[in-house]
Amino acid sequence: MNRLFTLAVMALAMLPQIAFAAADKSPPIVIVADTRKFTGWEAWFTNLYNESHIYFALLTVAVIPIVGVLLGMMADVVMSRIGIDLKSRDLAEH
Amino acid sequence: MEFLYVLMPISGVTIFWPGLIILGLGVGIIGGFFGMGGAWMITPGLNILGFPMAFAIGTDIAHMAGKSLVSTMRHGKFGNVDYRLGVIMIVGTVVGFEVGAQMIMWLERIGKVDLYVRWMYVCLLSLIAWTVFHDINKRKQKDREAKAAGKEVDKLATGIEWHKTIHKLRIPPMVNLKVSGFIVSIWVPILLSFLTGWLAGILGIGGGLIRMPMLIYLMGCPTHIAVGTDLFEVMISGLYGAGTYTYKGRTELVAAMIMLVGASIGAQVGTVATKYIKGYGIRIAFGIAVMGCNISVIMKLIPRYVEGTKAITDMLSTILILGLVSLLSLYIFVRMVQGARAEVAQKKGRA
Repeated sequence: MNRLFTLAVMALAMLPQIAFAAADKSPPIVIVADTRKFTGWEAWFTNLYNESHIYFALLTVAVIPIVGVLLGMMADVVMSRIGIDLKSRDLAEH
Repeated sequence: MEFLYVLMPISGVTIFWPGLIILGLGVGIIGGFFGMGGAWMITPGLNILGFPMAFAIGTDIAHMAGKSLVSTMRHGKFGNVDYRLGVIMIVGTVVGFEVGAQMIMWLERIGKVDLYVRWMYVCLLSLIAWTVFHDINKRKQKDREAKAAGKEVDKLATGIEWHKTIHKLRIPPMVNLKVSGFIVSIWVPILLSFLTGWLAGILGIGGGLIRMPMLIYLMGCPTHIAVGTDLFEVMISGLYGAGTYTYKGRTELVAAMIMLVGASIGAQVGTVATKYIKGYGIRIAFGIAVMGCNISVIMKLIPRYVEGTKAITDMLSTILILGLVSLLSLYIFVRMVQGARAEVAQKKGRA
């Protein structure tokens, strides 16, 4: 199982290389966000997109799970108020 | 009513944000219930909201990763996620997906690839739908035969038993999948996940639609475990997809976040609903969803053979998909509410 885990971690570490290898060889279309329409965090956000897609991708990969966990926990609180058991399932059927 | 619209920072378009929340909610319910990302349902919805197609896939995948995380957390608490199986499958899924993606680029140079891919998708979905309903029929037949003999069918009995033949493959190392409830050669999940990943890579889809029946019919996982474990896979592949699509500049993160608000609630509803619906109930609903997806793909194919039908088939396909999303999510929501009410009443009765 440990060897298997190491393999899985290696596969995950290699993902960017695999992704770049799979990328289309034709010249990519460059999309530029219009920063003039925004101020504050939105301006920072659009600037980040224009300046570095790598940082923007890292931000996305970090933000999505964090927001997912936070929203999941909030939804958990709401669901737990209904009064149902949220930790086990009685139905045991194929 | 300007407050109902938000300017997207990257694509520069103004979007009706409650529409994004409703779309996320509907697809979240279905995704949490069936164990799939549901890209085929989201794209037409985003299209209607006026979302640029260049950003549709990336945005969809980004929200899918978050939504699957919420569902996986909840399914995990119910004991529906076989993490060991999920980790083993990641290797096969990722390598298979990339081989499929590379192959499709090679095929693109030959030409007409889009047509072949669509037909392949139709064949695959038809096969899945046939498998689902054939299994349901066989299980019902077993029920009838047992009743006629004055007996009762074992709760764990299935209609199709292909997995039993696959489990006979004893190539070491063997792995004990305690949550799924069987011991199997490690090569079986690796090869099957490679196959589903390869198909997903060729078809350009997330793969939940293929992986979920594979887990049930070929791996032999109970339906609830298949749903939970598939969502774990969707979460990992979704994060990977979100990273690569964003790197290519094709993700509208703000839209993904707005969709995630609705999807996180929907994912909880869909996941909790699996608590009240038997495995075969989930399989029937899944079969209907697969058939709906198949018809929508066939509608996209019609204009290639009948000129002047593109506008009408596109509209019908969108109506079909959005209608299916609404009906299925409504059905799941109602079943969840009914189940929760019964459970609360039962608890009060005991007290």
